[in-house]
Amino acid sequence: MTMNAAGQRPNEGVIAGRVYVLGDNVDTDQIIPAQYLNLVPTIPEEYARLGTHALAGLPDTMPAFVPPGATKSPYVIIVSGRNFGCGSSREHAPIALGAAGVRAVVAESYARIFFRNAVATGELYPLESADRLCDVFRTGDEATLDPADETIVHAPSGRAWRLKPLGAVGPVIAAGGIFGYARAAGMLAPRS
Amino acid sequence: MGATLTEKILARAAGRTTVKPGENIWINVDVLLTHDVCGPGTIGVFHREFGRDAGVWDPGKVVIIPDHYIFTADEKAHRNVDTLRAFAREQNLPHYYDVDSPRYQGVCHVALPQRGHVRPGEVIVGTDSHTCTHGAFGAFATGVGNTDAGFVMGTGKLLVKVPETMRFRLRGSPPPGVTAKDIVLRIIGDIGVDGATYCAMEFCGEAVAALNMDERMTVCNMAIEAGAKNGIMEPDATTLAYVRARTSAPFEPLCADRDAPAAADAEVDVSALEPLVAEPHLPSSVAPARERGGVKIDRVYIGSCTGGKTTDFIMAARVLKGRRVAVTTFLVPATVEVAESLMTETVDGKSLVEIFAEAGCRDIAPPSCAACLGGPPDTFGRAAGSETIVSTTNRNFIGRMGSKRASIYLASPLTAAASAVAGRITDPRELPG
Repeated sequence: MTMNAAGQRPNEGVIAGRVYVLGDNVDTDQIIPAQYLNLVPTIPEEYARLGTHALAGLPDTMPAFVPPGATKSPYVIIVSGRNFGCGSSREHAPIALGAAGVRAVVAESYARIFFRNAVATGELYPLESADRLCDVFRTGDEATLDPADETIVHAPSGRAWRLKPLGAVGPVIAAGGIFGYARAAGMLAPRS
Repeated sequence: MGATLTEKILARAAGRTTVKPGENIWINVDVLLTHDVCGPGTIGVFHREFGRDAGVWDPGKVVIIPDHYIFTADEKAHRNVDTLRAFAREQNLPHYYDVDSPRYQGVCHVALPQRGHVRPGEVIVGTDSHTCTHGAFGAFATGVGNTDAGFVMGTGKLLVKVPETMRFRLRGSPPPGVTAKDIVLRIIGDIGVDGATYCAMEFCGEAVAALNMDERMTVCNMAIEAGAKNGIMEPDATTLAYVRARTSAPFEPLCADRDAPAAADAEVDVSALEPLVAEPHLPSSVAPARERGGVKIDRVYIGSCTGGKTTDFIMAARVLKGRRVAVTTFLVPATVEVAESLMTETVDGKSLVEIFAEAGCRDIAPPSCAACLGGPPDTFGRAAGSETIVSTTNRNFIGRMGSKRASIYLASPLTAAASAVAGRITDPRELPG
């Protein structure tokens, strides 16, 4: 079984659970506000604390993504619009979502660095949908997402959508990120 | 078929004669830049993956410039700088610019070229999205996360997809009141915050040639606000004069082929532009400053890698000389060199520091990123409530400067200074004499 960069959970199998819905241009300051960038993701307790602050920068009118006092989010999938993760190169952004328990984002498109960081860390699957699913799903809806089959099913309606193929990056995420992938492929020596 | 400047640099860095947009290639990195916010995590990845006793691939190519959370009581921020210091010592890094030392610089994207680390034709990778600033010098420069940076630290290599090039030809000369900030805000307003996603934004034409290096950096700095992988400009005599004054290291500039095809070609007539603001909460929400005169403001912030360079403060001083600010005005020079220039540069025979003091600005802060990105609660200039701010920085996302209730309008130093005087958003051309 492969593990992600933090060595905490496998990136395999079907993802099922509650969805949190966002719109267009969700920026990295909303995903993890800069005041929490003093936390270092490679220190395990600070990785976990980043998770408690995931999406803390959303407008206060939005439902809490991580309930006060909780360590994890009740939402495992984020459904969003265009240009998810725009702004900073802070890897803390996909890491905070992953540490909060998010396993996939389904957006119409991604900002380049967020997408790359999600792949490089193996924290979550950044999947793309040709359809504007953020207009269909409601926060709290149950959904089932199969990264291998690249489909998402909206439980309340039973409707299913095919997502865009991940292509070359799918195996990288499944291997837990760029280092796990490079080692599995023999491109890098085993950890010393 | 010719190649664009970005393609030429990437081909050389990959040891190839040509590359095509969309290809994934391994390139050799000339400079890896990191700072106090992403450096400790990058070092953590490096040690985890390459071993506790591993050495960086080339100590002379790693540049560490702490700049984000410097003047704060935050314990973790201090711990993070300690991590950088210990790593620099352990690895014998010659280019570590330590806090509380004569080597301290300030904002990494202004310090990197000032200290001679930016050279035309080279590849610069940084753990900060505004690394694209250095394309102003004819380099390929892009931002990455900690994991990719940790990979570079151990191997000197980065896997990149060759970007398509969007070419922006800037024609004419800007009218009074129009600056590089207005040019780049206009472009972002036109193409949107994802208008250049995955692309290289290449800026060329007579209006680029007429800009000094500070102003060219302002344009390339904000390429990321349109989603670009990099911003880039061909090196010319202005570039070479700046670089040669700051490094004796050899370098080989590259230029685009004249017949290089681009994915998109756009012309911008800068003579038709006017002073702009980007309204909350996106850099693409652009409007003429003269149409937003009804917006009363609470403070003005002049600083950051975008708007805290010497040229930015000279522009602000031209407006503020002989006038008084009506709102709290924060001045944060990007680097020590910029801060020193405020004492030596003059407008009509008066130093910038005198002009700012007489105008009633807040005392000039020590160089750092400060409130551009909020930061710890005790950060200088950080928004704490529902302030309306005119800022020379690069992002006006909700909460960006520390408070979700604050409204941030991005503007040039001229527009910011004029707005400080009037206490409302003001086109600098409309300020009464």
